[in-house]
Amino acid sequence: MADTTATASTETVAQTDDGIRRRDFLDIAAIGAAGVGGVFIVYPLVSQMAPSKDVLAASSTEVDVSSIEPGQAIKAVFRKQPLFVKRLTDAEIAAANAIPTGSLRDQESLEDRTKEGHRDILVTMGVCTHLGCVPLGAAEGEVKGEYGGYFCPCHGSHYDTAGRIMKGPAPTNLEVPEYEFISDTVIQVG
Amino acid sequence: MSFPWAREYQPSNGFTRFLDEKLPLPRLVYNAVGAGYPVPRNLSYFWNFGVLAGFFLVLQIVTGVVLAMHYAANAQVAFATTEHIMRNVNWGWMMRYAHANGASFFFIVVYMHIFRGLFYSSYKAPREMIWLLGVVIFLLMMATAFMGYVLPWGQMSFWGAKVITGLFGAIPLVGEPIQVWLLGGFAPDNAALNRFFSLHFLLPFVIAGVVILHIWALHIPGSSNPTGVEVKQESDTVPFHPYYTAKDGFGLGVVLLAYFAMVFFLPNALGHPDNYIEANPLSTPAHIVPEWYFWPFYAILRAFTVDFILPAKLWGVIAMFASILLWFFLPWLDKSPVRSGHYRPLFRKFFWFGLIPAMIVLFICGGAPAEEPYVMLSQIATAYYFLHFLVILPIVSSVEKPEPLPYSITEAVLGSDKKAVLGENTTPAV
Repeated sequence: MADTTATASTETVAQTDDGIRRRDFLDIAAIGAAGVGGVFIVYPLVSQMAPSKDVLAASSTEVDVSSIEPGQAIKAVFRKQPLFVKRLTDAEIAAANAIPTGSLRDQESLEDRTKEGHRDILVTMGVCTHLGCVPLGAAEGEVKGEYGGYFCPCHGSHYDTAGRIMKGPAPTNLEVPEYEFISDTVIQVG
Repeated sequence: MSFPWAREYQPSNGFTRFLDEKLPLPRLVYNAVGAGYPVPRNLSYFWNFGVLAGFFLVLQIVTGVVLAMHYAANAQVAFATTEHIMRNVNWGWMMRYAHANGASFFFIVVYMHIFRGLFYSSYKAPREMIWLLGVVIFLLMMATAFMGYVLPWGQMSFWGAKVITGLFGAIPLVGEPIQVWLLGGFAPDNAALNRFFSLHFLLPFVIAGVVILHIWALHIPGSSNPTGVEVKQESDTVPFHPYYTAKDGFGLGVVLLAYFAMVFFLPNALGHPDNYIEANPLSTPAHIVPEWYFWPFYAILRAFTVDFILPAKLWGVIAMFASILLWFFLPWLDKSPVRSGHYRPLFRKFFWFGLIPAMIVLFICGGAPAEEPYVMLSQIATAYYFLHFLVILPIVSSVEKPEPLPYSITEAVLGSDKKAVLGENTTPAV
């Protein structure tokens, strides 16, 4: 369709010495304005599919950890996904510390994954880092896998007592979400 | 089909040559809205409104699909999800205001388009099919707009649904069962809301399909023009692109300025505050009126107040539907061979001093409460409306002496340039 304007230049449109026509300026200005306007239209159309304000407002969760016995874990919900909060026994802490960090696929120590003064509280997402199933091992009587932590039944990922990937297809340790102790016994996640 | 001098699409590189052989989509576009479609050179801005209507159809579909991602058609939560869109969804307020005002602007541009068709008799041969398809589009638009207005499930939504489905209740014998069947209940509720949502989503795509037929039918004779004289020679036309893409583009810019002024500064000016109150089956709003674009037809509905053989309620319903359905017969009611109102002195008088004032009166009365003087005014205007199309138009078209028409479009434009008119320079400057 561009050929019509090319012939127009020779006949009807004022042309300057350097071959630039007044119409070139108008074309560029009009198309440029339409392009900028188009971006302003596309942005809200894309943005509307991102989490809405009510979803974001529900994105932090408080959990009371005082009633969790050593060796026991509870499941909470954080951003519509399972959250495991576990109080480790001394034996589990010792088992986790006995594994040299350098030998791990995702090199984190138990210290990296817990908070100062609360080394026995392990907070992780209950979402396998392979493809998102919920690993077993949090509820009583569930299989804990070969390393006594968590075991994902979908594709056989084994996690140790610190929730670190030991064996199986999962690429990284169970995610530790951002959280903090807002009192001695209550954590706020997110 | 097109004029013999229409430019032929020339694929310019290997890829477009490949495409032209396998799927000649660029050729289709070139011949439909590109340089391959010769258009009368004298079109005024009244010929912008078809493109504008197409733009608003696309706008309504895009914003509507977005809203449907966040809305739930359930009587328990419909009102709440509408407010969720307004408050929580990113840019949701803008999408909803764009959609609500987009409906109004769609009707504004379509009414201008119809006005153009009526004044310039665009419905006459050889363009009857374009007009008939246009009336179908208009009916589909009305149905779509009505059902869309029910979805927010506010007070006006609910009572609008009740009143409009009540129209079908006026049909003798089977009316009430039909109304109950339409609603899937005895009053608007979940069943009605769900089917209205389903159809409100479907119908715009049906409209898009009929629009394609409308444009297809248009491309056979080509566009009409303000003189109503058919294209005779190449100098009567210019290629659609760049001439009318530029003119339509400018018109679109002007309309968008007005549209976004409404969306951003007066988003609720054309709505009703009552629709921000959740639907309540036990309480009717004090003053219930449809959206502004239905006012003229609503006035015709209410103009019948006395039983005459049939009940007044039924007369109103018949008249309201007939007021639009008679447009289907317009190409055969107006028999004058001259199209443009500019060359029809008698038609012009009845058009400007009869039909247009009657429509304005109906518009005002439709939005006013059902009390005097509005009832009497809408009765007079309704009577004139039907007289105009069924009696005046046929008589005028047979007794009128039209003013002399220009020989050609070129003459109408370049009358003083005899050389151009006589055909020595029949190629327009491109």
